[in-house]
Order: sequence, then structure tokens, then C-alpha cells
Amino acid sequence: MALLERVCDSILVPHGMQTSDVDTVMENLMSSPVDAADIYFQSSRFESWQLEDGIVKEGSHSIERGAGVRVVSGEKTGFAYSDRIELPLLLKAANNVKAIARQGQNKRCRIIAPKEWPLYYSQQDPLVGMSDQDKIDLLRMLDEKTRKMDSRIIEVMVNLSGLHEYILVANQDGSLAADIRPLVRLNVSVIMQENDRRERGSMGGGGRSDYQMFLQDDAALSYAEEAVRQARVNLEAVEAPAGNMTVVLGSGWPGILLHEAIGHGLEGDFNRKGTSAFSGKIGERVASDLCTVVDDGTLTGRRGSLNIDDEGVPTEQTVLIENGILKGYMQDKLNARLMGAQPTGNGRRESYAHLPMPRMTNTYMLAGQQHPDEIVGSVKKGLYAKNFGGGQVDITSGKFVFSASEAYLIENGKITRPVKGATLIGNGPDVLTRVSMVGNDLELDSGVGTCGKEGQSVPVGVGQPTLKIDGLTVGGTNV
Amino acid sequence: MQNNEEINRLKTLVQSLVDEAKKQGASGVEAGLSIDNGLSVSARLGEVETIEYHCDQGLGVSVYFGQRKGSASSNDLTPESLSETVKAACTIARYASEDPYSGLPDPQLMANDFPDLSLNHPWALETEEAIDLAVACEDAARGFDPRINNSEGATINSHQGIRVLGNSLGFLQGYRSSRHSISCSVLAGDDQQMQRDYWYSVARNPQDLENPVKVGERAAQRTVRRLGGRSLSTRQCPVIFSAEMASGLIGSLISAINGGNLYRKSSFLLDALNTQILPDFAHIFENPFLPGGLGSANYDGEGVRTLQRDIVKDGILQSYVLSSYSARKLGLQSTGNAGGVHNLIVEPGNHDLNGLLIQMDTGLLVTELMGQGVNMVTGDYSRGASGFWVEQGEIQYPVEEITIAGNLKDIFKHIVAIGNDVDCRGNIRSGSILIEEMAVAGE
Repeated sequence: MALLERVCDSILVPHGMQTSDVDTVMENLMSSPVDAADIYFQSSRFESWQLEDGIVKEGSHSIERGAGVRVVSGEKTGFAYSDRIELPLLLKAANNVKAIARQGQNKRCRIIAPKEWPLYYSQQDPLVGMSDQDKIDLLRMLDEKTRKMDSRIIEVMVNLSGLHEYILVANQDGSLAADIRPLVRLNVSVIMQENDRRERGSMGGGGRSDYQMFLQDDAALSYAEEAVRQARVNLEAVEAPAGNMTVVLGSGWPGILLHEAIGHGLEGDFNRKGTSAFSGKIGERVASDLCTVVDDGTLTGRRGSLNIDDEGVPTEQTVLIENGILKGYMQDKLNARLMGAQPTGNGRRESYAHLPMPRMTNTYMLAGQQHPDEIVGSVKKGLYAKNFGGGQVDITSGKFVFSASEAYLIENGKITRPVKGATLIGNGPDVLTRVSMVGNDLELDSGVGTCGKEGQSVPVGVGQPTLKIDGLTVGGTNV
Repeated sequence: MQNNEEINRLKTLVQSLVDEAKKQGASGVEAGLSIDNGLSVSARLGEVETIEYHCDQGLGVSVYFGQRKGSASSNDLTPESLSETVKAACTIARYASEDPYSGLPDPQLMANDFPDLSLNHPWALETEEAIDLAVACEDAARGFDPRINNSEGATINSHQGIRVLGNSLGFLQGYRSSRHSISCSVLAGDDQQMQRDYWYSVARNPQDLENPVKVGERAAQRTVRRLGGRSLSTRQCPVIFSAEMASGLIGSLISAINGGNLYRKSSFLLDALNTQILPDFAHIFENPFLPGGLGSANYDGEGVRTLQRDIVKDGILQSYVLSSYSARKLGLQSTGNAGGVHNLIVEPGNHDLNGLLIQMDTGLLVTELMGQGVNMVTGDYSRGASGFWVEQGEIQYPVEEITIAGNLKDIFKHIVAIGNDVDCRGNIRSGSILIEEMAVAGE
């Protein structure tokens, strides 16, 4: 496979290593009574450019490479890593981590690694795909055009970043899996002032692609327009209501609801340990029958997509909830083995210096039947939330929050006044049972999501159609 | 100090980065290097679960060609990588715009006094011993109450590192530091409800850590007290931020007076210098020189001397939190805060948490907050919360699935009391804080 050769040439060869050296480390690891082992090699380059005050102030470039060595014995994991990809250091790491196997159970299971899998993004290096001068020109053009959009704009900030990453996973069966992953992102944010009031608007996008994606269909400019539109709306916003009410969530990024309310609770590790509010609920109703939710790492060019996960398992579309019934969990190898399930291509890690665990890729709800206007039209009094900031969940109690950054009152079936941002809070295992209408307008987010779990950050995607939830607590100030 | 050989080796590397950048034409250079080694061991349900050996290293360089700046970093400390990293930074600087405010710090502000702040206390901790401590900690939690029925485990962390910073003004310093922690998280529940909470202890000196058994017991006690949590009806009422949550509230204040947010006009406290932002009994000061303090430092991320100073005195804002760049943008002088504050202390009041509960009489005690619902531009604040409902100064029952909201400008002005139950585990040290009134949304 050409991809594998390219990755080996890039990760191993410059450090004087060959695939036979990888075998040597693996043999050393497997000489102890362990159940599973892997070695993860990573080499990545990252750049970012920032514009503010009308000038490209700063750029930065970083290189990260290294290898992580892991052994698993029963529920026990030993892990060490090295920033230098050198045989003696990897052997030292291997010797260290084998200590975990002192009470090893040795129930080695052979997972037959697939030889080929589909590719969902290009391998091109985005950092060199556009000249530095063109990157600068793009930022300057955006700044200039954004400032002309509204005389009340007092600050424009533009960030452009790109990542090109090679990864190589060596598994206990001697198989090697490789991937080359590009990732780009562009963000425009503005601050607008009218009299004494200042408000922010921000929009961005990206994906596993190159910088050209920001030029196609004037995508970059559309982010700027959206940021300006949001700031304008927020300048008009009045106090948000407080209390339990009907909430209509817009399509796309509001899908962060799914990520927080159910996504994390359906990650294999929490369910194996019985610490999730969803533990032991497979086959039970956790949503209204209008809801089907999937996690899908196979979407072309998406920020959360992966050809293979960080354990070398090809990604797939995993059905989490089908017509309201809980169907399955997202698994990495360790938790799949301990739960007697199959890995689902959700084993991810921030870098070689972090342990893999079950993580989401792109999580979204499938489209329903209703036109979004019909959904809003059905609400006598409620909140329409169109854009969100971040969210968080306590997977044990099931309580989750997500913060609206653009919202409106719905009065007699019509969207009326914009209201200030507010946090929405709910209970994961039952919030979706109150979904009473699902729109026909499924949309995925524009590619800006980053998910944090146990201190590790990974890029993810979310999406949903317009949804109506009969009762969610809105944390405004207007009591 | 003990063995300085390794620090000297790293200083030589940093100096070579500075020299290399100058050779490549830079008029100003700043370079830093860090090495961190550690062990992290966790136990769950009485058995070791993970053993992680950490060894991180990294170097970063910023170059100036006149007023143009470029930065680059790498985790590869080989000579070839050093030279490549400098080259990458120089390339970027060529494309960056002239920025009249950029550049190295004012030479007069560079630190020149380096007292021992007692930051380095290695822990000769064997893996086996760490496992035993983690197991003891978790055992104490699991044995604390019959309602504790599951666990996320206990973790022992021990880290030690070296940081070296140099620039082309002739600054070249390095120091060792350590950081150790014990944490535990357990679950309690029944058919109706499952709750989880945690506790941790962190210190530069392992002898200052809380006893693992105490950490476990505290985690368990915090977990069981949440059982039976329910929502509240929507209302306005007084709110106490427990000490652990109060440091986050004060963190928002610090963020609002941070130079970066000020010059970007992304703060609700623009032009607030010398104005009343807190009630007149409130004092906040920075003390970078606390021996063994988690935020202690002789110099900031640029080598600028840190200062012992008032930030808020009698409720009046005395000073912003500035780096060299943000200071120049605002026409001020760096306050030695490139990279953040160094031991920010909210002066404690006369009462402990119990005293504050009595003073509040009826209201909400918040012990956990969720989400990022703080708008720095406007000060609008709305976050998920859980805690306890209080009547007649006594805790009545646990509450959850509620939000608390308000505007930070008002919230800060309506602080009624600050407790003396100071949480010293972070860079911001505060006791519990009682707020006159906030909007609480629930069922």
C-alpha cells in the first residue's frame, strides 16, 4: 500500500528505523503475558497566522513527533512514550510498561487487521498547498472586506491554521496501519460598538482539506458575513428568559446538544465501568421515535472524519439511537474486548503522548419530515436557539449544558426579538424523549468543533436538523 | 541548589538558539526550553488500572526582524531541529507585518534578582509505592459510606521539570520545579439516581499533600451529599460560590483586566482603572514570591520581573494584568504577567463557609459549575450549576439541573461577603463568596 510506504518513509526512515525495528519492539512487548499491545508513531506540522488591528501580527509553526508504547493486560494499561523515534528509547519504554503485566491474565485475542480501507480525505499537505504570501493576502482581504460591512465594527480578528499529520500504528499481530491527515481552519471574529454597547460575532469553518476550501464559493467571506450578522443581532438582544420552556434548536452546530446530552454518555469506557447515566440501557427507549442518531467517521473531508482511528481500526457509521431506542456504544479496542463487543473505529488520542480512549467523530441526527417554518410555527411561546458556544456534561448524573450565543423569542409561532446568550441545561437520558418535531433540514456544522475529555482534545463534528424540544431549562436573567 | 549540570546544558542550548537566530539576521530573539518528567498511576476498584511514564520536552523561539515577529516550536531538541525551528520562525517573520508595538521587553524591566522560591521538591516515588497510595486513597473513598457503589479510581501524579528562558538582551535563566497530586473520584447511587464527585490535593512538596485517605474520604463525602438532588423553581435569590468555585469567578475578573482582552476591546472592564469594581471591603493582590506557591515565579514568560502588588484595593481597580506587548498597546508598562498571574490572593473575610451560610440565611450554595457561559465582551454570565438549597443558614437539600445568571459587573459589585475558607490549590486563592442576588432558572 503506497500510503503505508509514504508514512514509514516519513516517520521511521529519517530516524534510522525500519519496520523490522518496529517488530523488534513489539516482540519485546509481547514477551510478557499481556493481552494486547500497540506502538503509535506520529509526526505532525502545524502552522497558524493571526490578523488583528488590520495587520498580520504573528505566525507560528510547530513540529511534534514521537512514539507511544502501550500494553494492556486485563483492565490494566501500561504506557510510556518518547519524543525521539529511536530503537533504544522505544525498547526502554517497552521495558517500563511491561511491568503492568505482572499479574497478567494472558487472554490474548487476535484481531485480524484489515489490509485496505476507503479514504475520506486527500493526503496533500495544506501548509505547502498555498504560498505564505497567498495566506497573508487571504487574511488581509478578509479584514478589508469585513470592515466595510458595517461602520460599527471596531475590531476584526482572523485566524488561519493548518495541520499535516502522519500516523503509524503497529499492532500486536504485526500489522501496520498508516494514515495521513490534513486539517485546516479559518475563523473570523468581529466586535461591534453602538453607543456604549459592544458585542461580538464569530464564525469559522474548516475540515480535513486544504486552504483552497476557503476560496471555493467565497466560503471565507461567508464566515465574515455571518460573524457580522451575529454581532448585529446581539447588539439588539434583550434579556433572555429564565425557566423551563419549549426550545427550538436550529440545524447544524446546535447538534452540540447530541454531543453533550448523549454522545459522551455512549462512549464505551464509561459504560464498561458503569459510570454513565446510559449504562445498561441498550435496547431501552432514550429518545422519541423521531430520533435516529449516528456517529460517523466516514464523511468526506469532515473535521471529525478519520480513515482509521488511532488504533488502526477503519472508521464506520455507528448507529447510537434508532427511532428512539438505544442501539450501541462507541468503542475502542480495550473497552470492546472487555465488553465482548466489536471496536467501532472510535479509539482516538490527542497525540502519541496520550492514551487512546473511545471518542466521537462526527455525531448527528438524521433528518425528519417537517419544514423548519412549520416547527417554529407550532410554538406559542418559547426560545429559538440558532447558534451555540461550548457545552459540558456530567456523564454520571446525565446533566448537560450548552450555551446559546444567538437566540430569539418565539411568540405565537413567530420568531420575534433576539435575546442575550444563555446556558441551556437538561438531563441527557430524557431530553431527547421530549423531541416532538424533527426538521427535514439536516445540516452538519462548518468544521470548528474540538472535544475535550480527560485533558485530551480531538477535532469533532456535529450536526442535526431543526428540532423542537418540549421543555428545557433556559438560563436567562429575566425571571 | 542541587546538581545544576542539566540546567547548564539546557542554557547552552537556549543560548545556541538565540545565537543561531541572530546569525540568520534577527534583530531580537527570545527562546525557551522545557523538560518535564513524571509518573502517573491510577487504581480502580482496588487494583492498578494505568501506569503512565511521562517525558515531555519542547523548545520555542520568537524572532524579531525590526518590528516583524515570527514564532516556531518543536519537541525535538537535536541540533538539526534547533536550526530548522529558528529558520521556520524567521520565514514567518518575513511575512508578518510591521507592528510598532512588537518586540522584546523593556530591558529595565528584566528580572535580575532570583531568590529561591522553594519550587523544587522531587518525590522519590517508586511505581509500587504509588500504586499502594492510589489504592489506599480509593479504598478510603469506597469504604466511607455504603452508598458508594462504583468508582472512577484514584490517581497519583508526580512531575518534575526544568524551564530555561533566554533572550538577546542577555537574559538567560533556568530553574527546576515539581508538582505532585492525589485525586479520587467515586460514584454513589440507587435505582433512581447516580452521582459522582471528586477531590484532589496538589502541592510542589509531596509532604504538603493531603493524606490519601483524607482525599478519598472527602471525595466520598462530596459524592454522597449530592444524592437526592432536585431542581429548583425559577427565582431570584442570594448565591454563595463555594471556595472552589469562587476562584473561577475571580478568574473571570482577572481575564477582564488582562491586557490582551483590553486592547482587543473584548472586556466588560474597559477603562475601569481607578474605578470601583468591587465593594470597598474587597482587596485582591498578587504575591509571586510565596515559598512553594503553585503560581510562584521570579519572572514571567518573557523574563520580566514579577511584582508583589495590589490589583484591587478598597474595591478600586489598581492595575491591569499586562505583558510587554499588551502594555505597549495600552501605553502602559508590563506588570510581569506574560503567561498569567502569579498567586492571586483574595483577602479573606472574618467568617468561614458556615458563617456565610448564616449571613445568607436563605439562598443557593453553588459547589459545581458547568459550561463556558461567560461573555467577556459584555460580562453576561449564565452557567449550569449544582449545589445545595439553604434555609435559615442550614443546608436543606442538594440541587441540580439549574442555571445561575447575571452580569459580572453587577455580580462583582454585589459581593456581600468573602469567606476565610481559602482554597489554596490553584493560582487564584479565594474563600467562598456571597453574592446578594442572582437569577436562578430551573423547572
